Amino acid sequence: MNEIAKPSIEDVGPAGETSLLETLPRLKEAWTPSSKVVRFDNEPLKLDSGQQLPSFQVAYETWGTLNEDKSNAILVCHALTGDQYVVGKNPVTGKPGWWETLIGPGKAIDTDKFFIICANILGGCMGTTGPASLNPKTGRPYGLAFPVITISDMVNAQVRLIDHLGIGQLFAVIGGSMGGMQVLDWAVRHKDRVFAAMPIATAARHSSQNIAFHEVGRQAVMADPDWCRGDYFEHGRVPEKGLGVARMAAHITYLSEEALHHKFGRNLQNRDERTFSFDADFQVESYLRHQGSTFVDRFDANAYLYITRAMDYFDIAAEHGNFLANAFRGTRTRFLVVSFTSDWLYPTRESRHIVRALNAVAANVSFVEIESNKGHDAFLLDEPEFFASVAGFINAAAQHRGLQT
Amino acid sequence: MSALRRASNIQASTRPDHLLIAEMVAKGARVLDVGCGDGALLQLLGEEKGVDARGIEIEREKVNACVARGLSVIQGDADNDLADYPDDAFDYAILSLTIQATRRPKTVLENLLRIGRRAIVSFPNFGHWKVRGGLLINGRMPVTDNLPESWYETPNAHLCTIYDFADLVKSIEAEVEDAFSFNARGKRLGIKQSIWLQNLLGEKAVFLLKRR
Repeated sequence: MNEIAKPSIEDVGPAGETSLLETLPRLKEAWTPSSKVVRFDNEPLKLDSGQQLPSFQVAYETWGTLNEDKSNAILVCHALTGDQYVVGKNPVTGKPGWWETLIGPGKAIDTDKFFIICANILGGCMGTTGPASLNPKTGRPYGLAFPVITISDMVNAQVRLIDHLGIGQLFAVIGGSMGGMQVLDWAVRHKDRVFAAMPIATAARHSSQNIAFHEVGRQAVMADPDWCRGDYFEHGRVPEKGLGVARMAAHITYLSEEALHHKFGRNLQNRDERTFSFDADFQVESYLRHQGSTFVDRFDANAYLYITRAMDYFDIAAEHGNFLANAFRGTRTRFLVVSFTSDWLYPTRESRHIVRALNAVAANVSFVEIESNKGHDAFLLDEPEFFASVAGFINAAAQHRGLQT
Repeated sequence: MSALRRASNIQASTRPDHLLIAEMVAKGARVLDVGCGDGALLQLLGEEKGVDARGIEIEREKVNACVARGLSVIQGDADNDLADYPDDAFDYAILSLTIQATRRPKTVLENLLRIGRRAIVSFPNFGHWKVRGGLLINGRMPVTDNLPESWYETPNAHLCTIYDFADLVKSIEAEVEDAFSFNARGKRLGIKQSIWLQNLLGEKAVFLLKRR
């Protein structure tokens, strides 16, 4: 195991790989991320499928200072298309970090008080091992040779990072959407290592509707001739159209009808009349096309397949006699469960289901439903009531942990 | 003035019925406050008795305000959410001035005594002379300081007198460890007064109950 601060392209792979890298610059972040990265060489990661990764790496970023007794660490778990760049300028996209609304100096989660860690998930494409990484057996990108992974596998990779950082118990594990699933997995399988947990806009299992939407996205990717049965890198191609459509469909599920109506209505895009064609006449069409095309610049199509699959397989109760409360038995973690009124992808009833299970084991749980018309994406946006709840919960938990706040 | 208020720096704005309830709670206990409102009682119990305090509140804005204050509160209500908790989860389950607004007070009380080793229940006394007078003299549903809403606006669905509540306690075979009535300023009625007088003169009542 060795820490690589800023790897250079030359460090990666056997000679000759550089050519692949030159044709497809998007592989650069997958192989040699701009963030910190730790390699676990010949330290296999056992997977739920029964397979294992003989070696793997975890790309991560940190903010703030770890205190002397390592008791102020907060692990942030990112969502499906997120990455490790929570705060500050994202070196890949040049955009601000994805959770700057919530985290930063003087924010609800204050980087002046806490040590924040965020790792790219296993199966991702921003530096942690995933289908775009090199398969040590072939020296070529894994593609579909990458084993199917689960949320627990992602968490197990994070556990290795936390071990590497020498942190025993995390002060908090927080995340929204798929990040919230990882939070729940941490709280269930690593009870003693999580002092406080914040599953946000999430569910303890993927619903049939959630799986259905994901299947639409995967089929869009796989129907693209440029997908080449997953070997598109080898053919110097990228299934941009398929991945773009997948993103467009998914993006609708992140918003609400009200938010779409409010933002676009039936307004036409840069024209006064309908064109009687299949151009993007409507602003909402143009917006979705833009969402699709910018997404394919930063995301790997195979990673999208693998990660959505992991979410579909997520079902905590199934592993505990179909009784969710069993999963939380014996927990001493303090929970804050958060939902948003207009989130129809992970609606409030899913959060309430988690709360009921926690109540059934008399766990210490707070639960807030935040009024918002912004849909599922609300957890990433400016929601002052949400921030106030998070700050109240985190600071009270810090007091119970004996941290200076 | 209560012993608790004398002994500490509690603000004068603290609700008198909260002080009376707090006096019944042992230090360091596990407490569930059902219908915790803005969390004032939870905060009082946390600060003065060092309890592990949890709350349930039906109104979203109040829940969010509680959590923003660092209290462990969930959105829910007595009728729907008590059934989830396991037996003996708490030392005390508190229902402060809420039972009259529940749909099924008997089930709620049974649940309180299942999940709490003890239950503390306070309620507005419908046997108070002002209430009786309102109906007897005016022939109208009483509107008093204690019951300020008109019949068509009040959330109270199941009002009762001290006698009525005592009957309910008897019917579910619970044991009364302590019970008294008090007025708006939190002044307890003299202990020697009969139940008949308490039921006539007490604006509110609080019962400390235990499973038999």
